[in-house]
Amino acid sequence: MSAGTAPWIARQQKRRRDVVTPEGIALPFTVAGRGARFGALLLDFIILYVGMLIFLFLAMYIASGAGELLDDKKMSGPVEMIVVIFFVGMFLARYGYFMFFELGPRGATPGKRVAGIRVAARDGGRLTPSAVLARNLLRDIEIFLPLVFILTAQSGEGGAAAIAATLWFAIFMLFPFFNRDAMRAGDLIAGTWVVEAPKAKLLETITTAEAAAGRSSVADVAYRFSDAELSVYGEYELQTLEKVLRDDIPTAMVNVHEAICRKIGWNPGAGDERAFLEAFYAQLRAKLEGDMRFGKRKKDKFS
Amino acid sequence: MKAPILRTLFGQQAVAAPPDIEAAVLRSDRFRLEREGEWQRLEAIVTRMERGRLRGLSDDDVLALPALYRTAASSLAVARETSLDAATLRYLEALVQRAWYQVYGPRIGFFAWLRRFLGGGLSQAVREIWLDICIALAVMVAGTVVGWLLVERDVEWYYALVPTDFADTRVPGASRQQLLEALGHDGSTNGLSAFAAFLFSNNAGVSIMAFALGFAFGIPSLMLLIHNMAVLGAMLWLFNTQGLVVDFAAWLSVHGTTEIFAILLAGAAGMHIGRNMAFPGKRSIMTAAAESGRRAAQVMAGVVMMLIVAAFLESFARQLVTATPARFAIGGSMLAFWLLYYFAFRRTMRENLE
Repeated sequence: MSAGTAPWIARQQKRRRDVVTPEGIALPFTVAGRGARFGALLLDFIILYVGMLIFLFLAMYIASGAGELLDDKKMSGPVEMIVVIFFVGMFLARYGYFMFFELGPRGATPGKRVAGIRVAARDGGRLTPSAVLARNLLRDIEIFLPLVFILTAQSGEGGAAAIAATLWFAIFMLFPFFNRDAMRAGDLIAGTWVVEAPKAKLLETITTAEAAAGRSSVADVAYRFSDAELSVYGEYELQTLEKVLRDDIPTAMVNVHEAICRKIGWNPGAGDERAFLEAFYAQLRAKLEGDMRFGKRKKDKFS
Repeated sequence: MKAPILRTLFGQQAVAAPPDIEAAVLRSDRFRLEREGEWQRLEAIVTRMERGRLRGLSDDDVLALPALYRTAASSLAVARETSLDAATLRYLEALVQRAWYQVYGPRIGFFAWLRRFLGGGLSQAVREIWLDICIALAVMVAGTVVGWLLVERDVEWYYALVPTDFADTRVPGASRQQLLEALGHDGSTNGLSAFAAFLFSNNAGVSIMAFALGFAFGIPSLMLLIHNMAVLGAMLWLFNTQGLVVDFAAWLSVHGTTEIFAILLAGAAGMHIGRNMAFPGKRSIMTAAAESGRRAAQVMAGVVMMLIVAAFLESFARQLVTATPARFAIGGSMLAFWLLYYFAFRRTMRENLE
């Protein structure tokens, strides 16, 4: 069991925000990481542009067929029709794609879904259509304009003005890095944020009566731990032990078993690690939860 | 009809045997085992809602959702104080959060929202930013005057202001005949709708920019408005030199009343955000930005709609209708229509909303 709080847990804690529901329950939300959001955006654009390309090729294929049919140098009716559909389709695709999916029950585009994140209202209220509209209207100045300016500034055509404009637009692009909640400008305007979409399965209970009583199924012994032996650990260690038991990796269990035995001064045996750990887990949890009911909490082994 | 394989893969999982509550030794486990049936029912309902399969939900499930949500929420509150089972806590937190999204999620679908939006939401949003519209209007008028005056003083300004793709034959020193030609059209419809679509995506881009830049306290929006209107002022001066200003105004008004109105609204929407962020009053800046941003976004949806109309007017009506009075009639009636839609019928609109 590691000492203190692991750095990834500290990072996780930094991104947690409590939102109080109307029922008075503080629901923890985890602000989505910037990397996950960038990945989601990339994926969405790939989907969008591959879709557009397919659409374009299809349109060109139909247009070439129609052109041959009519054998006309000027833009004929059908071709013109296709061009109109193409332009309007492109526009609607660019803005509609994000809006349609973010207004859905999952509040996430396919890219966000893959990344395990979603859009939510920052004040804990509803995610309204106008909020989704607002956050997506700003995407242009956040991504496309800065890119255009950065590319032109590199060629050095615009001179000082172009560099100034690039810096100015870079502020929009880097906006998520300047605030705690990783909001982009669109999120700020719309009153939204992007949070991790929770996904958790209900796992089995691991404290059975047998283990708690300390009876082992392999060796014919009963593990009983004294109060003093149980009080070396706290909640953090308990939950780490829970993870070890759920993961069920034999080598990890052997190591943990050894570590616990060393700590409480037992002589580690071999072959019955799981039963030992289950018994230890159940009895430690019973003790800690019992203390909890009296308002005594022990965060980890140091407290 | 669905293939059977899909049902087994994505359908309901097999129902687990009821948990043996008596066998659990820990109080927190008994607490969990007594309630997990309800949690799982809630999870099943929420999963269905997330997939958008509302039709598959029975009336019982829909009615039970709020109660189940509250049960799960109170279970979470209790479990936080009594249980150290990290997996159960994590599950409950995730479940309550997911259910919360569904219980407090958007109640109306996209199309219901659109109907409400067009039937009052849009015009109400426009009325709510009236002050910004007034400011934007003043700025635009000033921009036009400035453009005119600048070019009148020094013709060189014309080339600085007007983008080169407009300055084909419409340059200072052009004859009356050339300018008249620029206003006329040969009357064929070839390529017009494609031109309209192009104009639309171009103009929509510009106005979204005017809106989006308002975020920086509105100043870029104002600059964009001034610049665009200065171009107009310069062109007005040019046509005035040949005594064609009325014809030019008519030519412009066909789509211009709609398009300039749309640009006015876009600039006002951008400025609305900027103004609210600069002067948030008693609200926090974040709240002010969010409130004004949502309002302005609705206006922007209306702007995009107007620009679609403007593009079609520009490519069809303007090029096909060449008589000055007819052009004024079209432009004027469009303007009257938008003004009526946004600012009149206030009471009926309100009633529709509520």
